[in-house]
Amino acid sequence: MHILEGEGVTKYFGGLAAVSNVDFYVEQGEVVGLIGPNGAGKTTLFNLISAALVPKPGIIKYKGKNITRKKPHQICRIGIARTFQTVKIFANMPVLQNVLAGSFFGTSPGMSSTDATREALESLEFVGLSDLAATPAGDLTLANQKRLEVARALATRPELLLLDELMAGLNHTEIAESMELVKRIRDRGVTVVMIEHVMKAIMNVCDRIIVLHHGQKIAEGTPQEIATSKTVIEVYLGEQTNAGS
Amino acid sequence: MNITAFTFKKSLVPGLLLVILVALVTLPIYGSLYNVILVTSILMYANLTVSWVLFSGSTGYMSLATAAFFGIGIYASALFLPTTGAVFPVLVVVLIGGLASSLVALGVGALTLRLRGIYFAIFTFVLVVLIMELGIWWELSVSHLLGRYVILVDNNVIFYTMLGIFVLVMLTTFFIRRSKFGLAMRSIGENEEAASHIGINVTMVKVITFAISAFFMGATGAIWATKLTYVDPHVAFNVLFSFMPVLMAIFGGMGNIYGPVIGAALFAYLQETLQTEFPEIYMISFGFILVAVILYLPNGVLGLIQKLWKRISGGKRAHT
Ligand SMILES: Nc1ncnc2c1ncn2[C@@H]1O[C@H](COP(=O)(O)OP(=O)(O)OP(=O)(O)O)[C@@H](O)[C@H]1O
Ligand SMILES: [Mg+2]
Repeated sequence: MHILEGEGVTKYFGGLAAVSNVDFYVEQGEVVGLIGPNGAGKTTLFNLISAALVPKPGIIKYKGKNITRKKPHQICRIGIARTFQTVKIFANMPVLQNVLAGSFFGTSPGMSSTDATREALESLEFVGLSDLAATPAGDLTLANQKRLEVARALATRPELLLLDELMAGLNHTEIAESMELVKRIRDRGVTVVMIEHVMKAIMNVCDRIIVLHHGQKIAEGTPQEIATSKTVIEVYLGEQTNAGS
Repeated sequence: MNITAFTFKKSLVPGLLLVILVALVTLPIYGSLYNVILVTSILMYANLTVSWVLFSGSTGYMSLATAAFFGIGIYASALFLPTTGAVFPVLVVVLIGGLASSLVALGVGALTLRLRGIYFAIFTFVLVVLIMELGIWWELSVSHLLGRYVILVDNNVIFYTMLGIFVLVMLTTFFIRRSKFGLAMRSIGENEEAASHIGINVTMVKVITFAISAFFMGATGAIWATKLTYVDPHVAFNVLFSFMPVLMAIFGGMGNIYGPVIGAALFAYLQETLQTEFPEIYMISFGFILVAVILYLPNGVLGLIQKLWKRISGGKRAHT
């Protein structure tokens, strides 16, 4: 079953088509990688799915229902959670409170105080932050702040999780841990879409990959297919020559 | 030792609060009329400041609409407590003042709370001017009045009403902060975008908080009007009342709910004493004090007190 579908999804910023006429789908239970050079429109697509932005034109469907007109908090409550490329934690609140806000408000119907606390503690345990529950979130390392965002998103009990560059800025050990974490999230039955520049992680974790370039979908397929796709290689090689010159 | 110190500390704050409350409630018995009037204006400023912090301190939206809500309350009294005879009992008029302000806040909030940062601050400031101009126009061309007279109310009644509102706004702040709703407010203040994506209906939370805060401002204005006796739009919608709560909150510190009260108390006391004795240097000294506080006491006067207290109590612990 397609848990998420987009039809002709488009978003202009002034004259710039950040996302241009993109059709996509996500199967329930799979891990989809969303890749593309800087400025390709990946984060914008996440913003459109999570209703931070509204596609114009275009339709986004969740479990077959049109969700294009919903507000961000409603998107969360129907089961789509996300993290952010630049972490957006509640820095002056303790780690546990960050996650508690997720379990209190993100689930539908809401939870009792006891249930919300249990859910929050369980999410912290899941990402390995239990020992830091009382620490102000702003004092955490970047890797732990990213884990905290995952815990906060999971506490809203999503069926679909959007991860925006979970591994950017992390070292090798932390990247390996994050890959493990994504697999464990999938094993819980949560469908995952992940934006990532770390190719090793994308190739290792994803069932399917979608490639964006200048706002357009230029390729789609298994890691194997993407790794050998001429178009994709050209786009990435072009990037490197540009960067090198 | 640790346990006794802990329980001592735990009962210290409620105990102290009770002593202060009793001292306030009995003030008209042992205090002079001057003291009652002084404390009434301190409470007026405290009400405005705590209400302001309730919304702006937690959500991070800088509202300059205080004078608008305060003025709406003042006009509730001017309309329903004229010298020709009270239309409703004083407490009912206070309630009307609060509700009218809340309603305006609901409307204005729904329209403007999507504005971020400086735009929201400017809009709320413009709101004050707009309502004042509307009031002037109305009085000139519809009611043909320059101003209105409000009936005299006993000083003790004004004092106790102001105190009642103060207790209510403190309790409201206290319970909201500990509630699920307070968690939503704090999340919005920390990062509104993240808050909306974890299921918080940010618009609703902001509008409701704005309206609650406006309620107490309006109620405070309604009872304050009976002290003014003469009211016109310039008096009622004086923009100074939009800025004072902000200054008082910064002065006292916004870290917890006592900071704004301490700020308002010190500020109002300074104002009352300096203004009568040295009116020329009042605003100047005021400005200097404020600059010093902002530069050297980022957490306000309360932050300083807490620092000193920590040093004292920390020193004690080191000895045992
Ligand atoms: N709010 C905005 N206003 C104007 N332009 C925007 C906005 N957000 C994104 N853009 C532009 O849209 C294009 C796509 O940006 P987007 O952030 O989606 O790229 P991305 O694929 O996530 O890139 P990166 O890998 O660097 O994160 C870029 O050219 C960007 O400058
Ligand atoms: Mg991005």
